[in-house]
Amino acid sequence: MPRSITPLLWLLFSAGGTVAALLFPVHVLLTGLAVPLGWLEAPSYESVRGLVRNPVARLYVFVFISLPLFHWAHRFRYTLYDGLQLKHLTELIAVLCYGTAILGTAMTAYLLWNIT
Amino acid sequence: MSAGVHHTPYHPKWYRRRVSVWWWLQNRTYTGFVLRELTSVFVAFFALVYLWQLRALAQGPEAYAHFLALLKTPLFLVLDGVAFLFILFHSITWFNLAPKAVVVRLKGKRVPDWVVVGLNYAAWLVLSGAVAFIVLRGG
Repeated sequence: MPRSITPLLWLLFSAGGTVAALLFPVHVLLTGLAVPLGWLEAPSYESVRGLVRNPVARLYVFVFISLPLFHWAHRFRYTLYDGLQLKHLTELIAVLCYGTAILGTAMTAYLLWNIT
Repeated sequence: MSAGVHHTPYHPKWYRRRVSVWWWLQNRTYTGFVLRELTSVFVAFFALVYLWQLRALAQGPEAYAHFLALLKTPLFLVLDGVAFLFILFHSITWFNLAPKAVVVRLKGKRVPDWVVVGLNYAAWLVLSGAVAFIVLRGG
């Protein structure tokens, strides 16, 4: 890992951690539990689609998916090194973790760009 | 003295005590640390669920209904329940560590830790309320 991009990775880790800490609990509670368990009625397809048409909402969704993926990539990389003692696989793990985050970000950008 | 005696120089680097992969279960602090680090797995899981939802949304009403039905399966309910607990743990540990990660100064004086932590929790409440309002209103 080139030393020069380490601060950038740390910044993404930290920004993603903040986004996840502030916004994930309420979203998980609503989408993952309250709606599937029938505590709340799911918003209709049209209304959610309408929401995503708004440029601010699109930016929100982009930040909401992308930054936490980078947070995971950075933290999970070190979890694997320390927790499972996989220091010898440093490069492979780094490529897999950041690669997944980059791929997820690209897919999010593509979907948000093309959704009408 | 026989000529067959070999002298091996002492190499500190050669001595490695084997540490079990489960080292973190021996102590509550270590267990908390590893559980905190593992929260990232659930953060990623949820980011991917939202990516999936976005894809279903782009594909059309049928794909979206299929996505919603999938979230109702026991597997996803259990996963989401566990993920919710881990994500809460992430939020709490993240906010509590915030004053240690970023030292805020105001007029040359360090803002007390409890103020920084309190502001984080306040922001959390306000944002959660705003998100719930917008999502439930349905856009």
